[in-house]
Amino acid sequence: MKTLKSIGYLLGLPVILLAWWWLATSGEPNFFVPTPSRLVTTFVETWFGERMLTDVLPSIMRLVFGVLAAIVLGIALGLAVGLNRTLRAVTEPVFEFFRALPPPVLVPVLMLLVGINDGMKIAVIISGCIWPVLLNTIEGVRSIDPVQNETSRSYGITGFARIRYQILPSATPTIMAGVRQALSIGLILMVISEMFASSSGLGFTIVQFQRSFAVPEMWSGIVVLGLIGVALSFIFQWVQRRVLRWYHGLKEVENAV
Amino acid sequence: MTQMTESSTRAAVRAKASRAPSKGLPKWVLGLIGIVAFLGFWELMPVIGAVQAKYLPPASEVLAALVTDLGLTAFWVAVGDTMLAWAIGLAMAVAAALVLGLVIGMSPFLRRFTNSTIEFLRPIPSVALIPLAVLLFGIKIESALLLIVYACFWQVLIQVLYGVADVDNVAMQTAKSYGFSYLQRVRDVVFPTMLPYLMTGIRLAASVALILAITAELLIGSPGLGKEISLAQSGGAIAGMYALILATGFLGVAINGVTRVVEKRVLSWHPSVRGEATA
Repeated sequence: MKTLKSIGYLLGLPVILLAWWWLATSGEPNFFVPTPSRLVTTFVETWFGERMLTDVLPSIMRLVFGVLAAIVLGIALGLAVGLNRTLRAVTEPVFEFFRALPPPVLVPVLMLLVGINDGMKIAVIISGCIWPVLLNTIEGVRSIDPVQNETSRSYGITGFARIRYQILPSATPTIMAGVRQALSIGLILMVISEMFASSSGLGFTIVQFQRSFAVPEMWSGIVVLGLIGVALSFIFQWVQRRVLRWYHGLKEVENAV
Repeated sequence: MTQMTESSTRAAVRAKASRAPSKGLPKWVLGLIGIVAFLGFWELMPVIGAVQAKYLPPASEVLAALVTDLGLTAFWVAVGDTMLAWAIGLAMAVAAALVLGLVIGMSPFLRRFTNSTIEFLRPIPSVALIPLAVLLFGIKIESALLLIVYACFWQVLIQVLYGVADVDNVAMQTAKSYGFSYLQRVRDVVFPTMLPYLMTGIRLAASVALILAITAELLIGSPGLGKEISLAQSGGAIAGMYALILATGFLGVAINGVTRVVEKRVLSWHPSVRGEATA
């Protein structure tokens, strides 16, 4: 009974929305909105074939490479800057500017500097995603409990061991918040870089459908992007639960007291 | 997640305030050194031939182009268009998210009932809607608004839902037994608790709205700074393009600054802000 109820909560609204969509489109055909069954058949026809290999997978690969590179670079740079107070003060205004700069404007810049190729698209993703990770790492390192730092020093824990066992763990909750922002920016930039200058990839294909007024195909492309977004968010939550298991446990203990 | 950063930022601020003043140069001088070093590096890159000057003009040339822009009406019209789309989109998203968030958040049933749908719709990137926006509205401002409202709505909604969930149960029960009506409960019990969350949501949404306003202008060609950037690029006015890009960055910095000040003003009564001020 209990599981039945939670299934009802989980699927209730989606089912109602789908039924509404089906009823609203089943009458006269609407040019802008395809019927659910039409969308499903178009979705399967359009994406489960050659396009999977030529457009979808390369896009996802670029996204994964770009985001991972941005995370690694952001954390490495953030540690270097965050641990040095002078360096932090010197870089702060410039970094704040780059954080405030809307990432899509980097697309035309990198098109000029790198040219139109895979490298450009990955560079766009890296240069947009690195800022939230970098700035959150700096913030995380900066706000470490001073008692922890002093304990490390008294016990002679320095260098790599200190970074590995003291600094990184205490900064991880803040870093993860940055990674989450980086993921959504990365997905936006993947699409934009392909819409702007490309002859393949998801973004390009979807714009192509729209320009040729292939409306159901266009919708199916929007669904693909949505599914990628949802998948990324699930992966992130899974990783976060593993990485921050100790943190949530600690919070629970603290809140219980 | 945001709460995590927020609280750690606050802790950091307090920790810094209690620390002894650091030796050496004051912070703003160091920041200035950083800016000068960055501009110097940028100036030298094309001069020493690390990149071609036609692709990355030296900083001095770009700054000169920016100064020229500041005197042009066309530039300010573009800034106005961008900010108009930003402001309308943000206001619509905040209004819709606030009302829906309160209604959903105050009812445990609705909260559970909508949870799966919200969690599914939220991660959908709003740029996925670009083709739809073009199809429906073409290059009009509505295209930009569709993207901005979609992206900002979820940011604010989630924060409002967290905020309503944070309302003290005893306060709520007390209000109920004193016969507060629904609207009175919203105004006097829920709203004060939710306000810090709402402000966080608005602050995040304000920068997201700028990103999407510029995106829509770049890709769809609705009027504004983004459109000017893509025109400058295709017209080969590279220094002008970099100048406009700098302008969008300054716009972003200004928006961040203003929202931070507004947040502090609106929440001046709230313990989290007052604690910061006295520490």
